[in-house]
Amino acid sequence: MNTMNNKMYSYYFLLPAAIIYFLFFLFPTLMSFFYSFTWWTLTDWEFIGFENFINFFQEPSLRIGFRNTLFFAVTATTGKVVLGLLFAVFLCSKIRNRGLLRSIVFFPVLISAIAIGIAFSVMMHPTDGIINSNLAKIGLNGPNWLGEPSLAIFSVAFTDIWRGVGIATVIFIAGIMAIPWEYREALKIDGGSSFQEFWHITLPLSRPAMNTVIILALIDGLRNFDLVWAMTGGGPGFSSDVLASIIYKQYAGGFYGLATAGNVILFLFIALIAFPVFKFINRREVDL
Amino acid sequence: MKKELMAVTCSWLLAGSLAGCGGDGGGEASGNDAGGSSGNDSVTLSMLVSETANLNGIEAVAEAVEEEHNISVEIEQRPGGPEGENVVKTRLATDDMSDLVLFNSGALLQTIDPPENFVDLTDEPNMDRVHDSYKETVTTDGRIYGVPANSSQVGAWLYNKKVYDELDLEIPKTWDQLMENNQMIKDAGKTAVIASYNEIWTAQLPLLADFYNVQAEEPEFAENYTAGDAKFADTSAALRGFEKIWELGVEGENFFNEDFNATTYNQGMEMLATGEGVHYPMLSQVLPIMEENYPDAIGDIGVFPQPNDTEDINGFTVWMPDALLINKNTEKMEAAKQWVEFFISKEGLEIYADAAKSIGPFVVDGIQVPDDAFEAVKQMQPYFDEGSTAPALEFVSPIKGANLPQITSEVGAGIREPQEAAEMYDDDAEKQANQLGIDGW
Repeated sequence: MNTMNNKMYSYYFLLPAAIIYFLFFLFPTLMSFFYSFTWWTLTDWEFIGFENFINFFQEPSLRIGFRNTLFFAVTATTGKVVLGLLFAVFLCSKIRNRGLLRSIVFFPVLISAIAIGIAFSVMMHPTDGIINSNLAKIGLNGPNWLGEPSLAIFSVAFTDIWRGVGIATVIFIAGIMAIPWEYREALKIDGGSSFQEFWHITLPLSRPAMNTVIILALIDGLRNFDLVWAMTGGGPGFSSDVLASIIYKQYAGGFYGLATAGNVILFLFIALIAFPVFKFINRREVDL
Repeated sequence: MKKELMAVTCSWLLAGSLAGCGGDGGGEASGNDAGGSSGNDSVTLSMLVSETANLNGIEAVAEAVEEEHNISVEIEQRPGGPEGENVVKTRLATDDMSDLVLFNSGALLQTIDPPENFVDLTDEPNMDRVHDSYKETVTTDGRIYGVPANSSQVGAWLYNKKVYDELDLEIPKTWDQLMENNQMIKDAGKTAVIASYNEIWTAQLPLLADFYNVQAEEPEFAENYTAGDAKFADTSAALRGFEKIWELGVEGENFFNEDFNATTYNQGMEMLATGEGVHYPMLSQVLPIMEENYPDAIGDIGVFPQPNDTEDINGFTVWMPDALLINKNTEKMEAAKQWVEFFISKEGLEIYADAAKSIGPFVVDGIQVPDDAFEAVKQMQPYFDEGSTAPALEFVSPIKGANLPQITSEVGAGIREPQEAAEMYDDDAEKQANQLGIDGW
């Protein structure tokens, strides 16, 4: 067998996956780049250059959308990293019912985002909701979680943390379990406290896990749509609109070219944020 | 390097999956198409209707058609409002539409491109009995694509007569009188104006229902608006609609129910029925739903037109019935046409009117509102007899901006002032006009 054949041989195995990947991912993506430059009615199109992009940037709620998208991504990521790490440390310690507790923490991940969104919007009802009626019992006047324009996106971000913290915890648990036992033994022999163990061993050595959590949560947060749509629909008014919900509304309004241009912008926006963050945190990764 | 490659592929994947996310709405494919069994002659048609539609009438007609022509209908429900429009658009785009479709007539119908998607019904029998005023709302380029699926209805102020009697209130003839009534209701500890912004399409009503007043003061408005010459922001009669919402809302006199942001359409009806809320600016399509849920209260529900600033202009803004359309790509064309023909025949509509109480006059010749009509519908009749009615803007102009629900909900919630909201809506309408390819914008 000559070397050329040898080289090609291994690629044949990739072919089925590659075809599926091209047909269902690459091809639609490339098409969307094309259609973003057109006036498009799904059956008919006309090339109009950058007009869709100009129109999209003139969208009145876009400024709110960018701000909310960033706020949402950062808040949700921070919450998931901090809470996920705390839960993971707790769930790796010697406690009773550890397996059960781990499952409970992971459970929300299994529920559909729409179901969670509907459940939380019921719980966050300003007067009848379980949250405010309990606050009322201890004499507090709970705010209108989803109806207050300045608060709505925060409430959705909180729900997203509740939903996503389970997956972060699981990744952290895996990271912490991978830390060799010898480090801790050495610390114990030297008489270190458990806080020192966390600060000098667990935290720096679970860095790879943390990087994974940050990247996943960040990208997830930047393109969040389902939860926002189920809980507020971008409202009240436009106050909790994120980029993805603005794009969806363009699509729903029948502005297909415009919506596609919005998708291209969202793609660039995510890439612009995700790449530098990815590079930055990878540089600081510590080898075990 | 490998990691970067991973990141690139990840981002592409994400962007790609978003581009395809619109498909979710139409997920439940009508896989039963192939089920039309070959052995006997019976045909099953699928029909997509909004969940806000009243099914009693349609089901009664469906039963009759099944007996007569052996054509049965399977009804699928979709959400109302923008969410439902999206389901329809997605299913049309993915060639996954039911055989028969119920959809809004007027401006919204134009957004789903009737010549491309639906069967031309211009030459079908019975079409000459449909009123011209209705035909205009389902016509594109001179061809007719739909038949009326219901009676017409009004967008107006529904009120609770019991509370009106208790507080000794009179039906207001001017906006100021309405606001005085509102104040008295509020002082009596009840909700003066029910707002159900949890379903934001309901936020548009006081603006849309004001169109009788707009066209009475500016008869050319609709025409100039379609041509791109008249705007909401600089036509004072049109701007009044936004101002009226503002006056009712949080930053105005604050006549809304406390939890208006979380209140649903159904809760709004409940408040009106129990008298907890006294006014509900709404479409009269709520009447049959209220009759079903609150049979004891339906006799207490009355209706009056949205008042103008002066007493001499007073009339109802009319909503044309939804259109019954036939999917152009249906494989059961004959059966679908037969079904529609029966539906719109005198016999069909009489069956319909018997089963479903009408929410306003019919737009087909020879069909009368029966004597046992809702109290509210009886109150409308004199206005129709006098001709003090006008179709809503979306039935006389193909342009309706997609963001109107959000914009009006902002005005009511006191987030955006009327002038600014009107300017924003004008921009929104311009976008729609461009997408529809209308000249002059």
